[in-house]
Amino acid sequence: MFKKILIANRGEIALRIICACKELGIRTVAIYSEADRNSLHVRFADEAICIGPPQLAQSYLNIPGVISAAEIANADAIHPGYGLLSENANFAEVCETSGLKFIGPSPDLIRLMGEKEKARAAMKRHGVPILPGSDGVIASEEEAAEWGRQVGYPVIIKASAGGGGRGMRIVRGEQELAALYRQAQQEAAAAFGNGDLYMEKYVEHPRHIEFQILGDEHGNVISLGERECSIQRRHQKLLEESPSLQVSAELRAQIGEVLGKTLSSVGYQNAGTIEFLMDQEKRLYFIEMNTRIQVEHPVTEMVTDVDLVKSQIMIAGGAKLKDVLQGPVVHRGHAIECRINAEHPEKFTPSAGKITAFHPPGGTGVRIDTAAYAEGVIPPYYDSLIAKLVVRGKDRNEACQRMSRALGMFIVEGIYTTIPLHRRILSDPDFLAGNFDTGFIERFLEKKKAEPAA
Amino acid sequence: MVRSPIVGTFYESPSPGSPPFVKPGDTIATGQVLCIVEAMKLMNEIESDVAGELVKRLVANGQPIEYGQELFAVRPRK
Repeated sequence: MFKKILIANRGEIALRIICACKELGIRTVAIYSEADRNSLHVRFADEAICIGPPQLAQSYLNIPGVISAAEIANADAIHPGYGLLSENANFAEVCETSGLKFIGPSPDLIRLMGEKEKARAAMKRHGVPILPGSDGVIASEEEAAEWGRQVGYPVIIKASAGGGGRGMRIVRGEQELAALYRQAQQEAAAAFGNGDLYMEKYVEHPRHIEFQILGDEHGNVISLGERECSIQRRHQKLLEESPSLQVSAELRAQIGEVLGKTLSSVGYQNAGTIEFLMDQEKRLYFIEMNTRIQVEHPVTEMVTDVDLVKSQIMIAGGAKLKDVLQGPVVHRGHAIECRINAEHPEKFTPSAGKITAFHPPGGTGVRIDTAAYAEGVIPPYYDSLIAKLVVRGKDRNEACQRMSRALGMFIVEGIYTTIPLHRRILSDPDFLAGNFDTGFIERFLEKKKAEPAA
Repeated sequence: MVRSPIVGTFYESPSPGSPPFVKPGDTIATGQVLCIVEAMKLMNEIESDVAGELVKRLVANGQPIEYGQELFAVRPRK
């Protein structure tokens, strides 16, 4: 087992990794930019090294700085968290050549899943359902038109090297294809340095459902069930839950089995999440895989009692899945997570600054993952997530009531937060009834605007 | 105050056994190499951004240093 792990991240996830290390008796090294000098992850790590000025490119994304810090601290391994360098295959390779264990899958697998169109092809070969679409990258506008005819409109054109909604265009008829194809290509080339595009059938009113998996370094891969993540604004998740009301026990078992076999076949190791769209006939279609721990991992932890971050560390240390999990994975109860952002709850403008009061809720079945604290400062340089409020109940009804209660007792003053938005979502009849798809938030915000002022 | 622009290991001389780049009392020019910081097996020469008298060295040979760490105190002179 590792003696010392360097956490190549910041904020709540850095703290989360430190917690797992502490419980495993592993020493921790934090890295921080000058803007994070007074952060909790710096406070609670055994050692801390300043690696640069506030800007990401010169600090947390500066690979030589991160590796150099690991070297002078004599770390054995690096945990990359999520975002930042976690899906940078080059970084994973540099770790390997520097004699540091990268806690995650191999660079080749990061690379494979990072090229969306290649990932699609690999999944298809192994029998994972994918959306009808192009067989690989589209070479020209003419080919795109051919595929459009085959697949049937509406279709969506996507960037192979992409993500986050960029390099994507929905095409509803052949007459708009050429122009949108060119736009997508230019946007993709500008955003990702790679203008390769592929095409998929466009699903109307989809739900976003993802499956958590864990693979050890001995070829065993298991699914830990799904998370329902349809409550999104501009492709950013706001709220997640497990289980999904739309996933039957049979579907969960069936998808779990095909994912286990597929990922074992391609040699996947460590934690990962496979994202699907679900159509109105409750059919699941693979869209992409994230080769890292995710923001919303606590939702799965709450319903399975599996510590995913500890599992990652143990797997990277060579442990077999059966020793990590110590028995079958049992799903109990229902969990919901609200991502609390430092943003105005209606305008969504970022709200950096000093927190003057901070009282997180507690009580039965409530968990907070946060690096924020009273008198702490939220810097303007990084993403706006300040806390994850996660609750578990014996069923969805109790989980919703518990989340409402907890949100109402969460006090944050000095900055704006999205707590009021989440309170409104938790009292929305459609949300409570489970009537939602990825268009829910847009419709919800429109409804709110149309309401007369209170 | 001359601070380190990178994370790494501080070395006072160009190679083990050779004399240090500078010592207290020396007059140094802007751009003069004061030390080496090694990062990922690369030796980076750290140059002074001020001219003046080197008053004090604040780190030991072979010491691990972080970004922004104070290395040398220099009394500036025109």
